[in-house]
Amino acid sequence: MYKLSACSSMPCGISLPPKIVLGSLRVHKQGNGRCTNVPRNVNLEKLQNNYLFPEISKRELQHMEKYPNAKVISLGIGDTTEPIPEQISLSMANYAHALSTAEGYRGYGAEQGNQALRKAIAETFYKGVAIKDTEVFVSDGSQCDISRLQLLLGSKVTIAVQDPSFPAYIDSSVIIGQAGDFQDKTGRYQNIEYMQLGPQNNFFPDLTITPRTDIIFFCSPNNPTGHAATRKQLQQLVEFARDNGSIIIFDSAYATYISDDSPKSIFEIPGAKEVAIEISSFSKFAGFTGVRLGWTVVPEELLFSGGFPVIHDFNRIVCTCFNGASNIAQAGGLACLSPEGFQAIRAVIDYYKENARILVDTFASLGLEVYGGVNAPYVWVHFPGSKSWNVFAEILEKTHIITVPGSGFGPGGAEYIRISAFGRREHIIEASWRLEKLFSKGKSPLLTV
Amino acid sequence: MSLMNNLSTSMISSSSSAFLAPTSFNASRTRSVSVPLKSLNIVKCVSTPQEQQTAYKTKVSRNANIAKLQAGYLFPEVARRRAAHLLKYPNAQVISLGIGDTTEPIPDVITSAMAKKSHALSTLEGYSGYGAEQGEKAVRAALASTFYGNLGIEEDDIFVSDGAKCDISRLQVVFGSNVTMAVQDPSYPAYVDSSVIMGQTGQFQKDVEKYANIEYMRCTPENGFFPDLSTVARTDIIFFCSPNNPTGAAATREQLTQLVQFAKDNGSIIVYDSAYALYMSDENPRSIFEIPGAKEVAIETASFSKYAGFTGVRLGWTVVPKQLLFSDGFPVAKDFNRIVCTCFNGASNISQAGGLACLSPEGLQAMQEVIGFYKENTKIIVETFNSLGFKVYGGQNAPYVWVHFPGRNSWDVFSEILEKTHIVTTPGSGFGPGGEGFIRVSAFGHRENVLEACRRFKQLYN
Repeated sequence: MYKLSACSSMPCGISLPPKIVLGSLRVHKQGNGRCTNVPRNVNLEKLQNNYLFPEISKRELQHMEKYPNAKVISLGIGDTTEPIPEQISLSMANYAHALSTAEGYRGYGAEQGNQALRKAIAETFYKGVAIKDTEVFVSDGSQCDISRLQLLLGSKVTIAVQDPSFPAYIDSSVIIGQAGDFQDKTGRYQNIEYMQLGPQNNFFPDLTITPRTDIIFFCSPNNPTGHAATRKQLQQLVEFARDNGSIIIFDSAYATYISDDSPKSIFEIPGAKEVAIEISSFSKFAGFTGVRLGWTVVPEELLFSGGFPVIHDFNRIVCTCFNGASNIAQAGGLACLSPEGFQAIRAVIDYYKENARILVDTFASLGLEVYGGVNAPYVWVHFPGSKSWNVFAEILEKTHIITVPGSGFGPGGAEYIRISAFGRREHIIEASWRLEKLFSKGKSPLLTV
Repeated sequence: MSLMNNLSTSMISSSSSAFLAPTSFNASRTRSVSVPLKSLNIVKCVSTPQEQQTAYKTKVSRNANIAKLQAGYLFPEVARRRAAHLLKYPNAQVISLGIGDTTEPIPDVITSAMAKKSHALSTLEGYSGYGAEQGEKAVRAALASTFYGNLGIEEDDIFVSDGAKCDISRLQVVFGSNVTMAVQDPSYPAYVDSSVIMGQTGQFQKDVEKYANIEYMRCTPENGFFPDLSTVARTDIIFFCSPNNPTGAAATREQLTQLVQFAKDNGSIIVYDSAYALYMSDENPRSIFEIPGAKEVAIETASFSKYAGFTGVRLGWTVVPKQLLFSDGFPVAKDFNRIVCTCFNGASNISQAGGLACLSPEGLQAMQEVIGFYKENTKIIVETFNSLGFKVYGGQNAPYVWVHFPGRNSWDVFSEILEKTHIVTTPGSGFGPGGEGFIRVSAFGHRENVLEACRRFKQLYN
C-alpha cells in the first residue's frame, strides 16, 4: 500500500539501509533530486544482489582493468563461442533479404510462433511422446519464458527449486511476489522450498522429505551441477507431482548434451502431460545465445484446480505480454531442425562436450571431487570447507580464469565452483594447464584434500 | 461444444487466443458449478465441460488476475473473425485494415545489414553470443543521438528491447501490483490488459465496461481527444500514447506541458508511448522529454515496428531517465535494469544490426519514405470517409483513421463492414468504452488494396 505523503515535489532524502552484500545496488544521494510519489515495488526490494551473471561480468571487467595484459579466459557465464553452422546463418540471411521483397515481406507473425517451426520442434524433440505443434510456443528464450510463466501463475503460488539451481527461477519468483522475505541466516527466501542436491543424494532431491508446493522447477540436465536425472528419478518426480497436485516446470535446455540414456524430455514419463510444462532453448543447442530463440510446451491436458486448461492462460499471456520471437531467428530455428542443420549443430555440441571432458579430466587428475561434465556443458567442482566466492576470487586472481561461485546458484552451491565448457579448444586447454599449476602439489590453500 | 473443442479449433487458426466473448463462452458451457473462491466468502460460477469431470486436475489455483480478463486479447480476436470470414467466403478478396500490420518491404540498406550480421555469426571473428541485456552500445548511442539529441537523454538511459508490447509488461513487472494506473479511453489494449494481469485492478464492471481501480481518462471529439485533467483522479502511473492509437490524436506542446505538470503535482509517473512519433505531420512534440521537467516524471517507450516494418523482426526501446525516482528516492532505472537482466536476455543481435542500419542517414531516409507511403494511404482513407459525410478523426499524425458511427455498436459496424465489403477494421470498443461508436481503420496496406477498399467503402455508404 502506498502512503499518501506530501513528498510529491519536494527533494527527497534517501534513507535506505545500505546493503553491504556483494555487488549490491548502491543508491546515490540525489541532492536536488525530486522524487515521484510512486512507491517502489516491495518485491524488488527483497532481491539481495544484482542478478548473478551481470555480477560475474562486472568482476571480469574489474579484473581486466587491474591486469590489462592478462589473458583472461571466461569459463564463467555459459556463453557459446563457436560460430553458427553456415547453412543456418545462410537461411537467416536469406530470410532477411526476402523481407525487402514484396513476396518475401512478413509483418507480425503468430505470437505462438511460426507454424512450420512449431511443427518441426514437435517432430524433432517430442517424436515419440505425442506433443502437438499447437502445444509448442516459440519464444525469444527460456529466461523470458520463465518470467512469462511466473506472470501466468501469479503471486499466490508456492514454488520449489533445486538447490543449487539456475538463479532466474528464484529471482523471478521474488519479483512476482511469491517468495517472501530473504532470511540472512539461512540464505533462503522464506516461502521457497529448496530441494537440496548433492553427492549424498546423487544430485536428486529426497522427495520423501520435500513438502508440497504448487510449482516445482526442475532442470535436467542440471545447471549448475550437470546431473541428468534418470528415468526412475523422473518417474518419482512425476508421481510426487501427481500425488501433490503440483505442476513441474521442467527445464530441458541442455537435453542435447546428454550422453547416456537419461530422458531428454519430461514427457517421456507417462502421466507427465497432466503435471508438467517443459521449457527449452536454442541457445546452447545452436549457439543462439544472441539470436534469441526458445520454446515452451504446455500440454492441453494440464489443468488448474478448477479444470481450466493452463494452455489457455499461457496463450493469453503470450498474446498480451509478448509479440512473437523475431521472424529471422525463427527462420534460423527451422534450418537448425533440418537434417543437415541438426547434424552440423551436433558437431558443435560434441566440440563443447569434448571441452567438458578435458576439464573433468583436469580436475579429476588433481584429486578434486568433480561432478557433471558428462551430460551437460558444466563441470561442478567441490572445495569442501571453502566459501565459493573466495575460491572464485582466488582462481581469478591466480590464473585469470573466470568461473562462477556455486553460492550464486543457492546455498546448496556454497562449497562449489561451476566451470562452463564453452570456449575455444585452445583456451580450454590453456585454462586446464593454468588450473593444474594452481592446484597441483597442494599449492592452493583451497585444496584441503 | 465443450471448452476443449473450442480451444483446439481456435488454436488451429493463426495467432488467435481462445476468445471468450460473452456469447461464445455461454454456448460452450455444459454445466455451471459453484466453486468457493479461496479466502473470500463469494462463490463464483465456473464452467466445467463434461470431459474434464474425470480428467486429472492439478491442485494449482488459476491466477485470479487472468480470470478477470473478459475476452481474448483484441487483435487475435480480430484475426479470428477474419479467418472465420475467409472460411465463409473462400473467394472473397479480403482487405485487412484491422490489425496495424505493416505491409511494405523493408528497405535494402536495413535488410542487408541484418543479412551481413547473420553471415558474420558463422565466422570466428564475427560470432557473438550473449549481448548486453540493455542492448548493444552502438544501438543505444544511435538512438540517443537520433531521437533525443538535444534533450539530455543519454545512451545509458536507453534500453533496447524486442518491442513496445513486451516493454509495457516489463514495466508493469517493475511497478508491481500495488500501484494504480490511468489510461486514455480509448487506448491500446495492452496497457489495461497488462495491468489486470499484474493484479493492479479490480473486477471488470460490465455496466460501465471498465475495470475497477483503473482511472479511464475519456478522450473524445468534444475534448479534442485530450483528457480534462481537472476531473482525473490521482494515480501512480499514467499511460499516455501520442500520436494516439487508435484516435490518431497528437497532443500539443501545451497539452503535454499540462500533463507533465499534472504528473509533477501528483507525484505520478507517465509512461509515454511514442511508437508513432515519426508519423507526426504537425508541429507537436515527438518525445515527452521535449517538455521541461519530464525527465523527473516520465518513461518513454518506442518501437521500430511502424517505422521500419519491423513488426516481425522485433525491435524497440524504452527510455528511463536517471532522474526518475520512486518515492523513497530509489532510481526507477535501476529496477528496470534488474528486470531487464532477469526477465529478459536482450533483443536479437540480428534485429539490432538492422536497427543500427535504420539509424544511419541512408536508413533514416529510407524509413521516412516508407512512412510517407503509409501517410499517403492515410490521406486517401480520410478523404474517402470525409466525402461520404462521416465525422473523421486522426489520420493526420498517425496511420490510423478514427471514424464515428454515432449511436451504433462498434462490433456490429465491424461485422457489417466485414460482411458487406470484405474489409477488416477494428471496432472502437476493443480499445475501451470510450471507443464505442467508432471504428479504427488502419492505413497499412498495399496502395492498390487501400484504393480498392476505399472504392468498396464508397459503394457501401453512398
